[in-house]
Parts: sequence; structure tokens; C-alpha cells
Amino acid sequence: MGLKTKAKIMDEDGIRRAIRRIAHEIVEKNNGVENLGLIGIRRRGVPIARRIAEEIKQFEGVEVPVGILDITLYRDDLSSLSHQPVVHQTEINFPVTGKKLVLVDDVLYTGRTVRAALDALMDLGRPMLVQLAVLIDRGHREIPVRADYVGKNVPTSKKEVIHVHLAEIDGDEAVYIMEKEDE
Amino acid sequence: MKRKHLLGLQELSKEEINTILDIARPMRDIIMRDIKKVPTLRGKTVATLFYEPSTRTRSSFELAAKFLSADTLSINVGSSSVQKGESLIDTIRTLEAMGVEIIAVRHQQSGVPKFISLNTKMSVINAGDGFHEHPTQALLDLFTIKQKLDKIEGLKVAIIGDIYHSRVARSNIWGLIKLGAEVTVCGPPSLIPVEIEKFGVKVEINLQRTLEWADVVNVLRIQRERQDAGYLTTLDEYRDWYGLTQEKLEKLKGKKLLILHPGPMNRGVEIDDYVADGPNAVVNEQVTNGVAVRMAVLYLLAGGNESGNVD
Repeated sequence: MGLKTKAKIMDEDGIRRAIRRIAHEIVEKNNGVENLGLIGIRRRGVPIARRIAEEIKQFEGVEVPVGILDITLYRDDLSSLSHQPVVHQTEINFPVTGKKLVLVDDVLYTGRTVRAALDALMDLGRPMLVQLAVLIDRGHREIPVRADYVGKNVPTSKKEVIHVHLAEIDGDEAVYIMEKEDE
Repeated sequence: MKRKHLLGLQELSKEEINTILDIARPMRDIIMRDIKKVPTLRGKTVATLFYEPSTRTRSSFELAAKFLSADTLSINVGSSSVQKGESLIDTIRTLEAMGVEIIAVRHQQSGVPKFISLNTKMSVINAGDGFHEHPTQALLDLFTIKQKLDKIEGLKVAIIGDIYHSRVARSNIWGLIKLGAEVTVCGPPSLIPVEIEKFGVKVEINLQRTLEWADVVNVLRIQRERQDAGYLTTLDEYRDWYGLTQEKLEKLKGKKLLILHPGPMNRGVEIDDYVADGPNAVVNEQVTNGVAVRMAVLYLLAGGNESGNVD
């Protein structure tokens, strides 16, 4: 089953503005950057988290620590996959206990990734609070999860797929809606 | 990795070995943290079935399974109480009927894990069979070398001691050669198998020359229980010729040498206290890494739906 591009819904400028706005909202909602940490969910949450930290550094002059979370071992669908996905390292080089953490991912869909990420985080310590930032919220939640910061809300059908392209991973900057082609 | 059983390194590709080593790294991080548990294998059952005595390998498999949230079951069989054939299969059928999904088997006869794998729905991991293979030991040795020296390819690795009776040596040779290391086996001529050069290894009977050459030495345990046949004269003589002693290391004049030993050590025979507890030896890291590597293997074998379980 192939995928065909249906529409480009964000370009480079759009992505940059959304990430900049999210950075401001995070600082505003948390009354500053004290005790703040950003946790990017592998893979595309990681460059987004780094960019948010970069933005915050520019307007607040403070470096917010960025960690990388790999949630593979916490997934709930391992037994239904045809073979095991590669596990990567979680690299969070600061204590999470007592911190205000913002989980960062590219797309929020069923919410299952966020559930896995929360479980993974709790095994590393006891954060003071955890918030969620996503570049795209496409709906269709299967568990009660909502994002605190959203770059763009995109109503989709379940036949559609969101592809986020980031320079660090994909070489270009764009968000596309793709559609599954019928057999 | 699409594989249902881990029977030996001979059958694994370089890519499969590297996948296991790569996944062992995040697994090792889990062992290092306060909460040493991830929910990955929740609801799965892992059994160890050992027909030979073992402390570290069996506990290592059990801990690896527990850290991944699997339930574990440990069957100890005295080697005398179970004979070949029917009763072995009956044991396997029983474990299968109890819902065990993965089984780690150690047996004094080469080929038993393979035999079991042909007669069960469970995933079988070879935890050491006869003189044949001990794949998870070799994987943890490879992982430890890579961890300490950042690579395997191009390294000069010597395996020292009783090569003839050693499944650890055979699995190490397969793994090291596949990953591009140069391998020399060194030991008394009576304990070097004929035609071992066909594996792609060199044979050296002089230990000092071997130490001069090597970046890494893997010191094998002298298996006293297997020395009745008169391969060796005395253990003292063995120590003089092939024991890793401080004096032999001092002759290397500060040359870097990574020293591995699969344990349990016969201190004062194949390795001296000073060396075993010295800065070049990584025996304890090997034990920790053993749990990590077994977690990676369990993770990879446990996965997959029915259609994905291609052997």
C-alpha cells in the first residue's frame, strides 16, 4: 500500500514560527525557566526539543537542559509487530526528580506514545510535573491524553498519515498530509 | 533480527551480531539506574533448563528476564537424573504446556539446544552445549571489547588456554572473525584442536609472543573436570607456561592489554590474583554486560507475531 502526498500543511517558516510560539508559551506558563527540562521523544521529538531550547536561550538567555527519551521498551504493540524495533539509548543527563519536564514530540495521534513516554519517565525519577508539547495534533485519541502546547491542530481521517520533515533527520523542512492509496 | 532461536554465533550474520550489541547498550543503561525494570516482556515466561552446574550464566539469564518484566522459572537437572531422548523431550513438553515461551538450555552434549529447537514451539537459547557453542558468553565478550576499545574490527585478539574443550572459544572465534578481528589461539598443543586454522585463526604455543602481539586476551578457565584424560601434566606446570602472571605482563613494558575471563576463575592457575584484580582486567564488567546482552537477546527473540517468527 503506497502513500501519496495530499497537501503540504506547513513549510519551513511555519515550523519555525510554531516552535518559537511554543517556546514562549512554555516560559509563560511556567513563570520562567527555573527547574525546567525538555525531553524529546525519539526520533523527531529530539530536534524539536533542541530548537525549543535554542529559542528559549535567545529570549531568556538561559540554557534549558534537553534529554532524549527512547520509548521502544515501553510500547504496548511489540507483540503485534512483525519483528522487534531497534532500541536506542535514553540520554537524560540531568536528574528528573523535582523537575518541570516538557515532553516533546512531532505528532500527537492515539496518545499511546505519550503513555509509554510517561511510564518511561516515571522509571527515571519523580518529576514535579510533566507537560506535553507537539508540533502537530491530528486527533483520534485512544487514551485520555492532551497536549499543553500545540504547533498546529490538523483534523485528519484515519486513512491519512502525517509526515513531519525536519532538516536534522530528513534534510528538508515541511509537514505533509499523506493519504493511503487503496489497493 | 528475524530469528526464533539463538543456537550459536556460527549461524548469525555480522549484521545480526551488531544488532544485538547495539541493543545491549540501552539495556545496560537500565541495569545502571535505580529502577532496573522495563515492562517490555510483561506476560512472557522465560525458563532456564540447565543440565550442567552454573551460577553466573543461569542467574544472568534470570535477572535479564526479570529486568524486562518476564516471569522466570528455573529448572535444575542433575546430569545423572535425566538421560537422552524421551525424558528430555518430556521435560520440554511439560515446560511448553506450562506456557513457557523462551527457554535457555545448557547441556553437556553438543547439539541438544538445536535438537530441542526442532521439537518445540518455544524460542530456544543455547546457554552452552558441550564443546560446541556458548553464544551469549561470546556476545558479552564482544560487547565488553567494543565498550572498552570502541571497535572490534582490526583488533588482535588472543584466546588462551584449553581451546579443545571450550565452547566459549568456539563462539568467540565465530563472532570475532565475523566482526573483522584477527584471532590467535594459544595453549598447550594437546589442548588445541587439529585443523582449527580452518576457522581462520592462527595457532601460537608461546604465550609471551602471543601477549606481545595481542590487543585483547581472553583467558579461558582450565576445566579441571575435563582434565582426567591426561591432557595436562600438572596445574603448576600449566601456570608456568600458560598462566597469566604479573611477571609475564611486566615483560610487556606497559603495553596496553585488555584482559577478559569468562569466569569462574581458577586464581593461581590460568590467571594470577594480581592480574585478575588489576587495572587491565574487566571481569566484573563482563558480568554486568552479560545481563545486558541477554536482555537484548531475550528482547529480540520474544518479539514478532506468528508470521514474523521466521527461523
